[in-house]
Amino acid sequence: MIKVENLTKSFGQLEVLKGISYEIQEKEVVCVIGPSGSGKSTFLRCINLLEEITDGAIYIEGVKVNDPKTDINLIRTEVGMVFQQFNLFPHMTVLENITMAPMQIRKLSKNDAEKLALELLDKVGLKEKAYNYPEQLSGGQQQRVAIARALAMKPKVMLFDEPTSALDPEMVKEVLDVMKQLAFEGMTMVVVTHEMGFAREVADRVVFMDGGYIVEQDKPESIFDAPKNERTKAFLGKVL
Amino acid sequence: MDIFDLRWDIIWNYRELFLRGLWVTIVLTICGYIGGIILGVLLGLGETSKKKWIYWPSKIYVDLFRGTPMLVQILIIHLAFIPAVFGQSFGFMVSGITALILNSAAYNAEIIRAGIQSIDKGQMEAARSLGLTHNQAMRKIILPQAFRRMIPPLGNEFIALLKDSSLVTVIAASDILYAAKVVAGAYQRFWEPYLVAAFMYLVLTYLVTKLIAYVEKRFSNSYNPRRKQKGGLGI
Ligand SMILES: Nc1ncnc2c1ncn2[C@@H]1O[C@H](COP(=O)(O)OP(=O)(O)OP(=O)(O)O)[C@@H](O)[C@H]1O
Ligand SMILES: [Mg+2]
Repeated sequence: MIKVENLTKSFGQLEVLKGISYEIQEKEVVCVIGPSGSGKSTFLRCINLLEEITDGAIYIEGVKVNDPKTDINLIRTEVGMVFQQFNLFPHMTVLENITMAPMQIRKLSKNDAEKLALELLDKVGLKEKAYNYPEQLSGGQQQRVAIARALAMKPKVMLFDEPTSALDPEMVKEVLDVMKQLAFEGMTMVVVTHEMGFAREVADRVVFMDGGYIVEQDKPESIFDAPKNERTKAFLGKVL
Repeated sequence: MDIFDLRWDIIWNYRELFLRGLWVTIVLTICGYIGGIILGVLLGLGETSKKKWIYWPSKIYVDLFRGTPMLVQILIIHLAFIPAVFGQSFGFMVSGITALILNSAAYNAEIIRAGIQSIDKGQMEAARSLGLTHNQAMRKIILPQAFRRMIPPLGNEFIALLKDSSLVTVIAASDILYAAKVVAGAYQRFWEPYLVAAFMYLVLTYLVTKLIAYVEKRFSNSYNPRRKQKGGLGI
């Protein structure tokens, strides 16, 4: 469903992604792990063109995203993204955060959008917070709202960039539980994470990135219990 | 001349001149401010643009007008620019308002640029990742947040403009300061007319300060959850 072909990305002189090819199937959960600065976020951000692609190609359901003729805004409505820093809109209530895009883009009526938003809030366990403002919520709650906000566009894929890294330890679980639920329902997901337990339990595939390359990728059992590459071994030795 | 021997009656004799001056100052300031905001928004957006042909003209304009004295700008506009472009002068009001608009726009542009750029770039990314266009994201996400931060400095700019409007006296615009000068010249007395002028400006800036405080309060209240909650379903 997502096909990445020889993707490279440079910031000025600095080449961050050095030729990545990968294919993500529908309903697959892919966890991306690797040391800091290895290009995980950049890879994720290239998929919905938050970063301009230097070379190579990305196809989502056969549509080349880095084609000048492609409507990138349309692509982005199909690709949900959850950020490390939540990035909720502070001047809107939780409900408005979620209804804004469906009303603006999908042209849903206010009633329909709110109905949808309340359903999604129920799903992430925050229905009672609908009329609060983001600053009144804990980090874990904010991140769950951010997930609901992305889901409101009914995306075909969800991208998560270290969704629990900015959270206090006691809030990590509530967010991971929501993500597990999503995975269980068959959402296609690409998750950059340092939560190895989550990767092992939920991922269909684990991708290990280092120095702008995909060094190794396999089923979680294989990566975690029998890594083949030396760099993968060294990395896992440090984090497990 | 004795400060304790003030003759307020001469002010009373010229009350119509002062009232006219008050009116001129108010009209100049309000027109200058409104025009300055509109032009300032365009220039401020221009200064945040990635397109070079929009960015550079905006940037150069702002630097030119912030880098030169308003007094000089007023003289150039009244004596050189308007006659050169239109072949005639339209009087001090047109020249004065034009100068105030062009000058305050440069300062407002800086406020608007800074306000927009103070918003975390994650906000734009989150909005774009949902599929909003750049313009939609600006309208729904960035500008509403930036606007709240712009209110205090834009308020200060209003007060600064009100006081700077007295510079139009140099092209014989009959504002408050001009009235004071006329009276001073006629009677060779200086305390009374200039004190009255100062007092009139003081009252005006006081009123504007109150107005700004009200606007600030109003907009910070729309952030206040409790207020909005009442309108909601109350779940
Ligand atoms: N906008 C940018 N401009 C210049 N360099 C950048 C930019 N964004 C990222 N980089 C650089 O690209 C490299 C990869 O960054 P990236 O954020 O993709 O790493 P990461 O694997 O997500 O790391 P982390 O685990 O710390 O989030 C880093 O060296 C970083 O400094
Ligand atoms: Mg990262």
